[in-house]
Amino acid sequence: MTISREDIEKVAVLARIRVDDEQVSALEKDLGNILDLVDQLGAADTDSVEPMAHPLNAVQRLRADEVTETNQRESFQAIAPATENGLYLVPRVIE
Amino acid sequence: MQWDIVIGLEIHVQLATKTKIFSGSSTAYGAEPNTQANAVDLAMPGTLPVPNEQAFRYAVMFGLAVNADIERRSVFERKNYFYPDLPKGYQTTQLERPIVGPGFVDIELANGESKRVRIHHAHLEEDAGKSLHEDFHGMTGVDLNRAGTPLIEVVTEPDMTSSEEAVAFAKKLHGIVTSLGICDGDMSQGSMRFDVNISLKPKGSETLGTRTETKNLNSFRFMEQAIAHEVERQMDILEDGGSIVQETRLYNGDRDESRSMRTKEEANDYRYFPCPDLLPVEIDESFIEAARANLPELPDARKARFMDQYSLNDYDAGLLSSDSKLAAFFEEAASHAKDAKLVANWIQGEFSARLNAEEKTVADSPITGAQLGNLVVRIADNTISSAGAKKVFEALWSGENDNVDAIIDAKGLKQVSDTGALEAMVDEVLTGMPDQVAQYQNEEDPKKRKKMLGGFMGPLMKASKGQGNPKLFNEILVRKLGG
Repeated sequence: MTISREDIEKVAVLARIRVDDEQVSALEKDLGNILDLVDQLGAADTDSVEPMAHPLNAVQRLRADEVTETNQRESFQAIAPATENGLYLVPRVIE
Repeated sequence: MQWDIVIGLEIHVQLATKTKIFSGSSTAYGAEPNTQANAVDLAMPGTLPVPNEQAFRYAVMFGLAVNADIERRSVFERKNYFYPDLPKGYQTTQLERPIVGPGFVDIELANGESKRVRIHHAHLEEDAGKSLHEDFHGMTGVDLNRAGTPLIEVVTEPDMTSSEEAVAFAKKLHGIVTSLGICDGDMSQGSMRFDVNISLKPKGSETLGTRTETKNLNSFRFMEQAIAHEVERQMDILEDGGSIVQETRLYNGDRDESRSMRTKEEANDYRYFPCPDLLPVEIDESFIEAARANLPELPDARKARFMDQYSLNDYDAGLLSSDSKLAAFFEEAASHAKDAKLVANWIQGEFSARLNAEEKTVADSPITGAQLGNLVVRIADNTISSAGAKKVFEALWSGENDNVDAIIDAKGLKQVSDTGALEAMVDEVLTGMPDQVAQYQNEEDPKKRKKMLGGFMGPLMKASKGQGNPKLFNEILVRKLGG
């Protein structure tokens, strides 16, 4: 299975990772190899196997609906690049 | 050309849990920004989500209330996208195995007919934070208090064919979730948000047209307007020979305008996959049966009971049973006043008009059901006239006084119903108006006579300082004037 340059560029945009042309060529080869491996797995007959959502054969423990967290805004905001009036500031989202 | 309108809804219902779906942070509304956003909500490295049992209980209750199958084993997926109010870079949601499977809700139409709207499924997910785009030196402010608040997203089949049906469904759903107590139903605070999928097809055609989705409508009125607006927009395009672009649109209710947010080509590729941080959740029969046993009365059952217990007609019962708070208000009032029909009339008349005028809900009403009940008692036993009752209502509403009888005394609104005293007043007034009396007695047309009778009422009310019982005055007048 091959992956196209367009696919790689699209995935890079979705993942917000900048890749230059040279890297795209390398990724084309590396990702292609990984997909080949997945293709080999795809050859196994899994008709009678139920899809698995999690590798652990266990079920989720649930928590009672009780407030256990306290306000720690100050300590969280101490490591934020920019805050104001209790808000985290980020580059402007809409023009 | 004639068109069929096809509408499907997606409704986000904020669950009234005390804490978030995956952390023990409070979900209380109105806190200072980011004071209810802890390490899990902020997606700090090394944190793990632990699901809230109550969110599952509420989702199961919802499923039971809409006649749906409950998925015994549900799985969470990650829906990946970038936005600053989503710190993890993905929303934890359910795609393949939602907790609530297919169900249905029956709605009542204006013509009295009932219509079934099918529910495709409902899933549990987390809400995002809020972005504030006011100017922070050219930056955007982010408040993550809402991040991680539990939601159920309800997805219907495209079974609605008009804005009236869509709004009727939305109101019905609102009545169900508030009656269940799983959502506070406060739309102004975003507790319920609607996305509307709309397409048109030539009348009678089997093939669906291309649809658009209008997002984030937070009132029934905006929803109705947005549908009307979008139907007209699509109709204009199609009748000009154009074609509809599959896209997501935003509607501005204040301006009655909509604009494209993104088209299908630009649509996000969400790259869903099962969340490795969460194991599958298994719900057993005892959990479901316990939820079923604790289901409160739902609007349909309440309506039937109102018709039976209070002898209300279909319309009154439907209106008063739809909202649990309004229903409780009615029942409190009716427990004081014996005349449930009169209580119903006052709630739908004066009471609703005042709430609407002041954009209030029943929960913010300055008067209690007991007060309205006591007011109706005094109308029913003829202590006050309906004009006097309006004055009492006004005094209760403004908070001038909270006791109905005290207001009646203080304002001198008690009607005089002593027939002897009233007869004396009628005699006196008629003696002073001989011309009008003669005119009345010479009139043959009963309609005109009835009208002329009104001419005597003014002076009579004046003579009694507004306290004479108008009904008794009328009876005495007719008798004295000779039919």
